[in-house]
Amino acid sequence: MRKTFADFVAVDDVDLAIPSGSFFSILGPSGCGKTTLLRMIAGFLQPTSGDILIKGRSVLDVPPNKRAVNMVFQHLALFPMMNVAENVGYGLRRRGMPREDVAKKVEDALARVGLPGSGTKRISQISGGQKQRVAIARCLVLDPDVLLLDEPLGALDLKLREHMKVELKKLQHEFETTFIYITHDQSEALVMSDRVAVMNAGRFEQVGPAQELYYQPKTIFVAEFVGDSNKWRGRVAAIEQNRVTVTTAQSGRICGVAAGPCSIGDDVEVFVRPEAVALSRDGSTLQNMANQMDGEVVSVLFNGAASRLLVRARETGDEIDVALPQTGEFNDLQAGQSVSFGWSDAQTKCFVIG
Amino acid sequence: MSGLWRSVVVPWIPRAILLGLFAFAIFGPLANLLLWAFAEVWYFPHKLPLEWGFDFWRQVFKPRGNAMLSLNNSIIIAIFTVIVSLAIAIPAGYALARRNLPWRSLILIAFLLPQAFPSVAVYINVARIFYGFGLAGTYVGVVLVHTVQGLVFAVWIATAAFSAVDRELEEAARNLGASGLRTFFTITLPLALPGIMASAIFVFLISLDEFTGTFFVGVPDVVTMPLLLFNASMEGNYQIASITSLLLLVPSVGFMLFIERFLKADVLAKVGN
Repeated sequence: MRKTFADFVAVDDVDLAIPSGSFFSILGPSGCGKTTLLRMIAGFLQPTSGDILIKGRSVLDVPPNKRAVNMVFQHLALFPMMNVAENVGYGLRRRGMPREDVAKKVEDALARVGLPGSGTKRISQISGGQKQRVAIARCLVLDPDVLLLDEPLGALDLKLREHMKVELKKLQHEFETTFIYITHDQSEALVMSDRVAVMNAGRFEQVGPAQELYYQPKTIFVAEFVGDSNKWRGRVAAIEQNRVTVTTAQSGRICGVAAGPCSIGDDVEVFVRPEAVALSRDGSTLQNMANQMDGEVVSVLFNGAASRLLVRARETGDEIDVALPQTGEFNDLQAGQSVSFGWSDAQTKCFVIG
Repeated sequence: MSGLWRSVVVPWIPRAILLGLFAFAIFGPLANLLLWAFAEVWYFPHKLPLEWGFDFWRQVFKPRGNAMLSLNNSIIIAIFTVIVSLAIAIPAGYALARRNLPWRSLILIAFLLPQAFPSVAVYINVARIFYGFGLAGTYVGVVLVHTVQGLVFAVWIATAAFSAVDRELEEAARNLGASGLRTFFTITLPLALPGIMASAIFVFLISLDEFTGTFFVGVPDVVTMPLLLFNASMEGNYQIASITSLLLLVPSVGFMLFIERFLKADVLAKVGN
């Protein structure tokens, strides 16, 4: 599938199949073409070339109001002049369903999203999280083949967002509808989805389960975009099967695994996750790590379970982000103290640049 | 004490004078109107009427009098003008707001053109043409002339009202299974309705007050309130003229207060965009 606007390619040869009943996310920075993709599925845009099949049938000739695809809009798009029940029942009334049946199905849907009895409330009277659920109920009551969600959590505050993530996943499980969720927030995508597609500049960089994207990124973009990483630039100095030794610009040596084919002399980027780095006061527990360094703590960035240490390697002067283990052993670490740290070569991903 | 005098009272003196002048400019003529409406006998050099009474009011509200007839005419013509204007302005406003029409701003300006030329010159020619079609001196002719004047406001305000409707809401309706037409009648039109009501009221008031076009196209068979007012003034019958003006003032002021509630800032901001 491909979509171009004048001289701008918004979605470039994207090809994907989403299993029925699964939670699929499209993750990418703003402007990567994910909204365009979603609008093509909903029928608001026509692809320049390619096809969209739902349950095996092409929907290119089907106008948006006839597609069995419903969408939760970014700003929810609840109708302000209608109350909650009228909003949820809008699609059913369009189908010409008798009044009593509409009322029953609406009440049923509201109960399933946890809002029983709020049908008579006005849209302006309910909270952000409730609006969210009304928007979802309005779609699910129509029993769509696919539910599209366009960053619907973006407008919520952090706490509510965390809550709604779990809620959405539960709803998807309950209704057994295929969800296609687009977001630029990786934690939303990773937590909720069965599979995630990372999208960049109109193309899919990698499609797979959350763990695969996180542990085995296939491209530099995915490695950088999903999760946090320490990053070095360097040149391949030695290769042994798929284990490579890289010399960095600061003349340090890092051992890792290559994510693709590479040869001696290639410029590479090396990624190591902060939680892959182990700490030790005397270096004794780091014996079998391929990469070991001594250094000192530059600062402690305390944030409860997500606390970080910034340490400077003594030899090369590199500053490295390290997740602070919450085992209690390092709770008294302070800036200026010296520590040893290391990580295994399996946890070190090298990508050839270009 | 003198310090307070200088810091508080003195700066207010120019403002008070200015406000007084404004008040006089607005309420002076109105006061004169009120005086004349209830004066039975008033001639120079007396500063106030010599005799007061309701004689002329009785004359105006006489069941078969000219005044009631012209009031009826005015209201009927205004209502039809509103209907015809909206019948054009709603589709035109929607198209101008939603479709990517070429020459969009030219079309908007075209509705303004009748206002740009001297109205007497325009309406003499309109009257001549209407005469050829047998429209001179008919209600239809007068309604058409009023519609041309009302359309500018009707189309501009309707365009703004439709532009202010969030497109995402229309897409949501489409997505939930509504056809284009149904989306328009269940979502777009209800949301634009306050602005459309406001434009209807504007058109109504414009039609009620319209003089030049009615004078050239309607006379002598269609007499509206402004024409009656004109005739009464020309005959020196200031009492009838004043009472007629007061009658014309009531809907204007009433509707203006009404419009203020309907026309919201987000719609006003889109006028002419």
